[in-house]
Amino acid sequence: MSRRGFLGVAAAGLAGAVLAPGIQLIEIAQAAPAAGPAAAGASAKVRWGMLIDTTKCAEGCTDCVTACNTENGLAPATRSTDPQWIRKIEIKEIKTGRTASLPVMCQHCADPPCVDVCPTGASFKRADGIVLVDRHSCIGCRYCMMACPYKARSFVHEPLTEQKRDVPRGKGCVESCTLCVHRLDQGDKTTACAEACSQAGHGAIVFGDLNDPASEISLRLRAATSTQLRADLRLDPGVRYQGL
Amino acid sequence: MAPALHPLDQRLFYPLVAAGALVALAGLGGAYLMEEHGHVITGMDNQVVWGLPHVFAIFMIVAASGVLNVASIGSVFGHAVYKRRAPLSGLLCLALLAGGLMVLMLDLGRPERVIVAATHYNLSSVFAWNVLLYSGMFAIVAVYLWTMFERRFNHHAKAVGLAALIWRFMLTTGTGLIFGFLVARQAYQSAVLAPLFIVLSFGWGLAVFMIAQSALLAWNRQPLDEAVRRRMARLLGVFVAAALYLVAVYHLTNLYFARQGEFEAFILRDGGVFPLLFWFGFVGLGSLLPLGLLFHPRLSSPRGVLAAAAGVVLGAFAFLYVFIIGGQVFPLEIFPGHQVRSGFGDGAIGRYVPSWPELLLGLGGVGTAFVLTIVGVRVLDFLPRDDVPSGLPKAG
Amino acid sequence: MVPPRSTSGASPPGGRHQRTGEAGSAVSAWLVWAALMPSAYADGGRTPLPVIEPATAGTQCVEPAEVMRRSHMRFLEHQRDDTVRGGVRGAKYSLKACIDCHASAKNASVARAETNFCVSCHSYAAVRIDCFECHTSKSPKLAQGATR
Repeated sequence: MSRRGFLGVAAAGLAGAVLAPGIQLIEIAQAAPAAGPAAAGASAKVRWGMLIDTTKCAEGCTDCVTACNTENGLAPATRSTDPQWIRKIEIKEIKTGRTASLPVMCQHCADPPCVDVCPTGASFKRADGIVLVDRHSCIGCRYCMMACPYKARSFVHEPLTEQKRDVPRGKGCVESCTLCVHRLDQGDKTTACAEACSQAGHGAIVFGDLNDPASEISLRLRAATSTQLRADLRLDPGVRYQGL
Repeated sequence: MAPALHPLDQRLFYPLVAAGALVALAGLGGAYLMEEHGHVITGMDNQVVWGLPHVFAIFMIVAASGVLNVASIGSVFGHAVYKRRAPLSGLLCLALLAGGLMVLMLDLGRPERVIVAATHYNLSSVFAWNVLLYSGMFAIVAVYLWTMFERRFNHHAKAVGLAALIWRFMLTTGTGLIFGFLVARQAYQSAVLAPLFIVLSFGWGLAVFMIAQSALLAWNRQPLDEAVRRRMARLLGVFVAAALYLVAVYHLTNLYFARQGEFEAFILRDGGVFPLLFWFGFVGLGSLLPLGLLFHPRLSSPRGVLAAAAGVVLGAFAFLYVFIIGGQVFPLEIFPGHQVRSGFGDGAIGRYVPSWPELLLGLGGVGTAFVLTIVGVRVLDFLPRDDVPSGLPKAG
Repeated sequence: MVPPRSTSGASPPGGRHQRTGEAGSAVSAWLVWAALMPSAYADGGRTPLPVIEPATAGTQCVEPAEVMRRSHMRFLEHQRDDTVRGGVRGAKYSLKACIDCHASAKNASVARAETNFCVSCHSYAAVRIDCFECHTSKSPKLAQGATR
């Protein structure tokens, strides 16, 4: 057989071997149900949000962080590779010296940059406004971590065991605050951090439905000014702060 | 009668392939360790999420796009000297693209889910577009090479070459916009990154081409025409100057904005290894020294030209290290005008120390590209032959 | 197929029209035989069948066993999108419900030991699953030492 003939057959064979499974992939891709709400569950009538009153946040208090860790099965963070879904930040204005303490977590933006950049669509916004990572599609590229203005996302750097039943998480995927979606879906009305803060008597975190004008969070937002972090980016976050 | 081809000497071919394969295998070993133990064994963390593998991968992908320039100048603009080099340019493009994508895919947190990336596309993501553009690039360059090799289809080479040129522009624009679309970080969020990456690709691609061409021709004991070398040297100089210009514009604009001042001070003066790499690596070794070597009448000897090309490549790595890792190490500015402290590294300059698995993975990609090139050159007629009379005057 | 011409123009040994030689015939014959005789390589009873721990006594799976054997992956794949993207929990094909019924009496898990429900069949069929890299395979109900 001439070299040309061999190459021709080899190229045809390679093309066939490469394209043939692709036909099955097209089947799989089309069979995959489109992202979107199913029968019951998340509803677009609701938009979950949080209001944090930083005047009630004490420097050094980490009740919300501990509650989140316990609820979601996160180990207390010691290294820069450890995931942190919520963290306390202490800030001091350089010119005036005014200090404040506040928890920062995923801001659940209405226009999330992390959702825009995810190549597989694993990072998505649910109908009720919660921004989540679908770990079934996450390939661990970390592009969403580059895109997030709040450093809200963490990457799981090592194998995990003993996950919580309702909070599956594993190595190689990106994760962030879920607004305790597993609790909300099962009828709970609040997140672990908000619950812990109010039970401890601080009352700094209010969780509720931003679309409901009668909810506590809506009343509080109407009564006093609140700010969004990095409001200049026009991301319309679901988390707002007072006292900053 | 045409001189007989000297295929890569048996004595050279097997050791070269073995060396390249060893490096590629080491890369796979590094990837295996990362997959087995997780990224905790690397230097990456929740602040610096893209490390050394991305530096290597993005260099190779940008260079792959640029190395096809040589073929474009030949096919689209009709320069005979470059036309003879089109097949090697195509081969290098495929090899570099394969190496770069190998590194990228193996650095994923879940590399076994590449099939998910191939079947689920979020079309608002430039990453998803890049998956389509890179795969399409393989196909287009393969067809392009076919039109060059199959005599019956030679007349199609110009049309396919034009398609490859347009596709290349889209691909490199996409690579630049991976960063350009990131509004969150002060290092990126700029439209100039798209044309910057295109111009960088011209220079890096040509430098890689010149190094590969010199090495392969030397191993094959074939001469390189001095006029051709000089022409390419001048072209490389133009590209290096253009790249330096765009980088200067990028930094000048940043320096003008008050809100970018701290970031620029970090990258250009206070950031330790980053200013060093930027000024001595990219500006010095990667731009000014090559410009001197390429345009100075006495320094532009064959050795000088090769040294300039090597300098450009090293400068490229320095640039990408500062760009990718320096851009992440600088903290996000969530509270302008405030000092920020937290247990998650907010407000603090991040720390990144490259680890062995990352370095091996990056080098493994280079090794893969090397093996593909060597095997390709051995098996098919990729090398340019300038001593074959082509009927065209040998212009200097 | 036409072999390359030699420089002198002479025909190659065996003539210009080449035929499959002895070696080629042997290879082709073996390929045909191997394709038609899958049973020659099939399991002759040497591979032990999986020891699947039975589910909790007195319960009925949501689908018959034959349906589950063929389609459980499809049910789970569809359900996971409903749950993650739609927020639907506790539905018919909920993974938690599967684990609760099928968890082993010995270690309350479906994927820890070789005889556990999911792992036993999957290692026999050599189909790797990564569900339990993220999902815990333990059921709290059986972990409390429930009687069977």
